[in-house]
Amino acid sequence: MNKIMRHGQVGRSAPRLEAREKATGRAEYVHNLRLPGMLYGKIFRSTIPHGRIRSIDVSAAAAHPGVYRVITAADVAKVVPNPYYGPAFHDQPILAIDKVHHVGEPVAVVLATDPHVAEEAAALIVAQYDELPAVYDEVEAMTSKAVVHDVLKPAGTFPDLKHLQGKTDTNVALDFHLRRGDVAKAFAEADHVFEHTFRTKAVLHLPLEPFVSVAETTGSGLTIHTASQSPSFVRIEIARLLGWPENRVRVKVPYLGGGFGAKLYIKLEALVAALALIVNRPVKIALTMEEQFFTLTKHASTFRIKSAVSKDGKITGRECEVWWNGGAYADIGPRITQKSGFTAPGPYDIDNVTIDSYSLYTNLTPAGALRGFGIPQLVWAYESHADMIARALKLDPLAFRRKNILREGNAQATGTIMRDAAIEAVLEQVSARMDWEKPFARSSGSVKRGRGIAIGFKASISPTTSVAIVNVAADGSATLYCSTVDMGQGSDTANAQIVAEVLSIEAEAVRIVHPDTDVTPYDMATLGSRSLYHMGNAVRLAAQDAKAKLADLAREVGVPEGSNIPIAELFVKKYKMQAGNIIGTASYIPSYVPPEAETGQTPNATPFWMVGGAGAEVEVDTETGHVRVTRLVNVGDVGTLINPRIVATQLSGAAVMQYGFTMQEQIETDGGQITNASFADYKIPSILDIPPMESEAVDAEQHDGPFGAKGVGESGTFAVSPAIANAIDDAVGVRISELPITPEAVYRAIRARNGDPLEDA
Amino acid sequence: MAAVAMTVNGKAVTGDVDPRTLLVQFVREHLRLTGTHVGCDTSQCGACLVHVDGKAIKSCTVFAWQLEGANVTTIEGIADPSGKLHPMQEAFRDNHGLQCGYCTPGMIMSAIDMVNRKGNDLDDHTIRQELDGNICRCTGYHNIVKAVAAGAKAMKGSSAPAQAAE
Ligand code: FES
Ligand code: FES
Repeated sequence: MNKIMRHGQVGRSAPRLEAREKATGRAEYVHNLRLPGMLYGKIFRSTIPHGRIRSIDVSAAAAHPGVYRVITAADVAKVVPNPYYGPAFHDQPILAIDKVHHVGEPVAVVLATDPHVAEEAAALIVAQYDELPAVYDEVEAMTSKAVVHDVLKPAGTFPDLKHLQGKTDTNVALDFHLRRGDVAKAFAEADHVFEHTFRTKAVLHLPLEPFVSVAETTGSGLTIHTASQSPSFVRIEIARLLGWPENRVRVKVPYLGGGFGAKLYIKLEALVAALALIVNRPVKIALTMEEQFFTLTKHASTFRIKSAVSKDGKITGRECEVWWNGGAYADIGPRITQKSGFTAPGPYDIDNVTIDSYSLYTNLTPAGALRGFGIPQLVWAYESHADMIARALKLDPLAFRRKNILREGNAQATGTIMRDAAIEAVLEQVSARMDWEKPFARSSGSVKRGRGIAIGFKASISPTTSVAIVNVAADGSATLYCSTVDMGQGSDTANAQIVAEVLSIEAEAVRIVHPDTDVTPYDMATLGSRSLYHMGNAVRLAAQDAKAKLADLAREVGVPEGSNIPIAELFVKKYKMQAGNIIGTASYIPSYVPPEAETGQTPNATPFWMVGGAGAEVEVDTETGHVRVTRLVNVGDVGTLINPRIVATQLSGAAVMQYGFTMQEQIETDGGQITNASFADYKIPSILDIPPMESEAVDAEQHDGPFGAKGVGESGTFAVSPAIANAIDDAVGVRISELPITPEAVYRAIRARNGDPLEDA
Repeated sequence: MAAVAMTVNGKAVTGDVDPRTLLVQFVREHLRLTGTHVGCDTSQCGACLVHVDGKAIKSCTVFAWQLEGANVTTIEGIADPSGKLHPMQEAFRDNHGLQCGYCTPGMIMSAIDMVNRKGNDLDDHTIRQELDGNICRCTGYHNIVKAVAAGAKAMKGSSAPAQAAE
């Protein structure tokens, strides 16, 4: 019934509600905010990867003309006695205390009314350190003598982290384990065993609007204006740090110039809050592009995957060992390790599975969520592995996948039964678009053609809550209050379409109030493609609540049921003038059963699954290793489409982002120092870099999603990388096992395959 | 401090600025025309693109004082004063050529400049070549290309000047 769209608001490619503001330069971003008396902060950062702070000399900076004040951890301690924050671990200090743990860690801040002055003065600060041994590689971190944190500090609220409290001499921030069936037996009885290791390098989000936050003290507490994807979390965490009730912290979020998982939890918010409290003036910190490299990255990873396979190509057992390079602070890494970790065996029906997934501390920039929450790293490995198995067994990669995929009603590795996951449909649509069953023209000469497919899936993070309020004014106009952040994904428009559908009005007539924790109710965060499902459901229910109350009002004022008297007249009948409101509210939290600690088994791991498949055609120049992707097909299962044009843009935007991570992006480091920390040296895809692409959604429905919909922001990323690597293998018979796929890596692999390896650089 | 006078969106403006003030800072901070954005600050992204004497320029690459007497148009200066959008703005809206919107003002200013130089019938290849200096992290560019092509066509039939308010 959900799917019936009587009013045609859902399923319509309405132009984005805010398109006019954005096209005229009037859209609000924190970037634009300037408050009276505001000071600008410039961060002085650690220049070493790991060390004890011997001294910080701020005297020259403080004496610099125009400097208002220089702040270090000692000043912060006066307003925030225990200044450690983080969503899973309380491990990150507002400014470095005693030790620095990565290059670029904030050590001090210069405040000035002129940002140029603050920047000049920050360069005058001198810090001295006693360097400590450092560790950078995630696998080495398991056994390294270099230990990043003296003691682990999990946030007290999570039962599954309790056993880590107070642990010393370890870099393991979380270990997640899953056991299903009898893997040892499966391997003992297998016809074939395959084992491969895949790696990904650290990359980063680089939203065009870098991190920016402003804090001001008010009569009642603090207001923080921030480019954040998680206003409710910021409020709760800042209140916790200050020992205040939530209602003294107000967090306001306008539009974001992109987020992609970077602007989650606490980034600059605790720092600007502390600074504003110390100097009792508004403080703004706006990072540069370069500083984003010191703030958050996407996990580098190593994945060892081993499969038992029967001679007819059925996977009977799989062992997965994944190491996630979390950098110096845990951020949300432990949750990625676990909540994405449990999909490591891939969308395959395998009876015997083990997963060991480790979140590691290293002396690098902290890593967090980036468009896929760890899934693209996993798909990279299991879909490359899938093709290698198929190739070794001389099976068609599509036939091999068809034989093994999880189908509706199968149990996933957690034991959770698959439901509303269009894995099969996505796989079939990718192969149909690729004309997979037809012969493929291969070239002779030095440029070889090849093609590949891949498919990945993701579980929505659970359990999480969204709350929404729909306010119908006395003239019948509707306003939605919700804390979902529109960072470009189109949530304002989608939510307006849902309200409009329920209330039988035009989506364009719905006004959206942006996140303001004094006004808009709680939402867990805008992350992991959770919002359209969770907030979408809350919004739908709130609108239905308003609608039911309007029906009550009609009854109360004696209007017969089914009459289409305008809403405004109902209010006039009751209040004798244009007055009053109808407030519809709802909260939504899906059911969830936490996994068993030992085995990772649960009957209800997630409220919904996301599926993404890709197909790639490539030309590989065997003389240079240069790869040209000549076609990229992207197919997602996103449930029903609330706004088809926005869905298509989300799928293609996600694919292009992952394309960058596949072909060109990597953070280069040397002894913990980032050597390409700029937009000039770290190249994200420009319009000339991207391949011809097709993006589409399969016909599907999420039975309990709002009007059958579910999340769409990440699905386009899942399968891009392995589809391209598989196509390269198809073209030239070499396997690239590490992202990004550089021409050098391809050329080296070709030379090695020809028995003429290049010497190491 | 240096005195500077120029025309911005058809209005004469003056300022007394620190010599290191970039055009983008002058426009954003002194004139509070905040539609011109700063992304990279190092002339890679194009978010700060404006027109100076009819030519596209990344406003993070010039000092305000260098533009004494110049005629500057920003994203705020291209729509009709009545509120009717410029055809290129309309095309970005209708073709979903934007997501977070941070790159959008620069993209639109770049697209109008492209039409001024290359005419109203722009093929895919030309649009892509010409937009190479504008980075978008969100959209995957496809709808931007469609928007530019549609906007270019619409500019032919429209009374909107290719270069507004000069
Ligand atoms: S801010 Fe000027 S080009 Fe990026
Ligand atoms: S729409 Fe976000 S950068 Fe282009």
